[in-house]
Amino acid sequence: MRNKRLALALGVALFGASLGPVALVRADDPPSVPQYFSGANADPAKPVWPDPTGGGAGVWAAPAGDTKGDIPTSLGPTDLYDRVAHNLFSVNMVWTLVTGFLVMFMQAGFMLVETGLARAKNASHTAAMNFLIYPLGCFAFWAYGFAIGWGNWFSGPVPPGWYASLGPGLSVLNSGIGIGAATDAAGNATGAFTYGLLGTKGFFLGSAVGDVSVMALFFFMMVFMDTTATIPTGAMCERWAWRNFVLYGLWVALPYCIFANWVWGGGWLAQAGVNWGLGHGAVDFAGSGVVHAMGGFIGLAGAMVVGPRIGKYVKGKPQAIPGHDVPMVVLGTFILAFGWFGFNPGSTLAGTDLRIAYVVVNTMLCSVTGALGAMATLEMKGLKHDPTMMCNGMLAGLVAITAPCAFVDPWAAALIGFIAGIIVVFSVLFFENAGVDDPVGAISVHGINGLWGVVSVGIFATGQYGAGWNGVVRESYVAAYGADGVRGLLYGDASQLGAQLLDAAVVAVFGFVMAYVWFKFSNLITPIRVSEEVEMEGLDIPEVGAPAYPDFAVHADTRKHAA
Amino acid sequence: MKKIEAVIKPFKLDEVKQALANAGIQGMTVTDVRGFGRQRGHVETYRGAEYNVNFVPKVKIELLVNDGDMSRAVGAIVEAANTGKIGDGKVFILPIDEVVRIRTGERGSPAI
Repeated sequence: MRNKRLALALGVALFGASLGPVALVRADDPPSVPQYFSGANADPAKPVWPDPTGGGAGVWAAPAGDTKGDIPTSLGPTDLYDRVAHNLFSVNMVWTLVTGFLVMFMQAGFMLVETGLARAKNASHTAAMNFLIYPLGCFAFWAYGFAIGWGNWFSGPVPPGWYASLGPGLSVLNSGIGIGAATDAAGNATGAFTYGLLGTKGFFLGSAVGDVSVMALFFFMMVFMDTTATIPTGAMCERWAWRNFVLYGLWVALPYCIFANWVWGGGWLAQAGVNWGLGHGAVDFAGSGVVHAMGGFIGLAGAMVVGPRIGKYVKGKPQAIPGHDVPMVVLGTFILAFGWFGFNPGSTLAGTDLRIAYVVVNTMLCSVTGALGAMATLEMKGLKHDPTMMCNGMLAGLVAITAPCAFVDPWAAALIGFIAGIIVVFSVLFFENAGVDDPVGAISVHGINGLWGVVSVGIFATGQYGAGWNGVVRESYVAAYGADGVRGLLYGDASQLGAQLLDAAVVAVFGFVMAYVWFKFSNLITPIRVSEEVEMEGLDIPEVGAPAYPDFAVHADTRKHAA
Repeated sequence: MKKIEAVIKPFKLDEVKQALANAGIQGMTVTDVRGFGRQRGHVETYRGAEYNVNFVPKVKIELLVNDGDMSRAVGAIVEAANTGKIGDGKVFILPIDEVVRIRTGERGSPAI
């Protein structure tokens, strides 16, 4: 078993070494592979990137752009290499785009889960929030979010940045702010920083970033941001005033993209490995922290600022306010589970990275044990097997596996999910009794289990995958294991857990504080909560002018005191 | 002329309808209602919060009878709707001043 693992690690190391110049080269080391692997350019006066048509990297199918024809006997090894390389980028780009489509579809899943758990008198408003968050979030991401999150992607965590699975055009994402500007041999700033903070390139996807690879990355990261954006609408539904929500929709890209820069955009959390020796720095494969914990803690701040629904707490005791459509909740959960098959494996940004098979299996296992864990917890507590709680369990499992999905063995994925299912039930009960009214369990599913997912990387990561992650290659680990993959406590690297705990602490504090300040501030611009009269009548007509169920006599809500 | 209102358990509606037909009573109006009498609700738990299910779904039947048919109609309803368990419901009998058939304009007993 150890030999098999060693062989695999060697294979990974060799593969990594073949891309070696990308991960380890310094700015003054010219790469020995074609320039379209490193993003370097032989003639800076005639740059090939940004590449808006996709012709810059390798060669297309017939008729070939290099005018050498397509007769095999006329093509030399370099020509074949150009064609093979282009196919590699193409597979990766198609993969990233199609998995991104699945993630976009999760917007429908969120809408169904939240609306099903809301009361009928608020169904239209809840659905409207989940609908409009997509355009609002997309607009904000296009305007400023992508730029501050990924504007300096190619310069970090260590230059020259991430390997260009989508194509070398990503090398144009090379401008940002940070602490400790790096300079090359001639003393010119390289765009990299010791502590990256923000990107500054790509506002409104201007022509400076008009590249096919950038477009693919933009789309993929956009649908992830929209996932975060829609999470707080669940925690705050049934009393959130529409206009205040609209302002939120334009703001939420700010905390998300700042933190995303720190973990994914080459910023200081990713650099915690090279700077402070904390494993490979913060490792979050598809975003338990960046996406879900951020959304959950923004939701926590929002739920606290907007306050509980009328009638939710009577003499401090939580009252039940059942949702109006349980089948909707279940359907939404399945749609989310389906979309997660885009969320997690798509985060390789490479269909050619066959680790995606592990990612998919881990995602699936964690989702099902999450549901089972929730069911077992309900059974243990003598409660009925509430479908809404079991759905929360499945989603909690999915949230928890989002960070570790590429790095753990299937047994660990199953365990992480089972624990997530247990955590979510206890967390829902905790917040319910602590006075935080969360109609859909968003804080527990996404916030708390997002943290669990981030931490679990530091425990269960096997070291088989992720060699050179965040620019970290430690001699001692290469000597011991053949390659320095992302490795958790159980496999010999306690420092990774340190990085994960730092990541978890920062996302919780940063997300909560940013959101709390924003919600308090936005309340001064337009009230965050509807009036008591509107809330009792239902938000559908007063806030968005469209009743969800006009043909049905919805029970008049008289609930102000104990039922 | 009397109006009979009966609040019964929903699953008993078909039996009551049949019993009234067997007794020669035609016509009724049915509504879905909620209610409770001395039947207490029970406690359920939803996502960590306990709640009392007080209002229980019932069905309300309304029908008109001539004075002579009243005891037969009430007897049919009570016998058909009875389960012996708590929550079987109640029958109310009200006097009626006048009844009009809309199609023909008939009044009084011919309109029942």
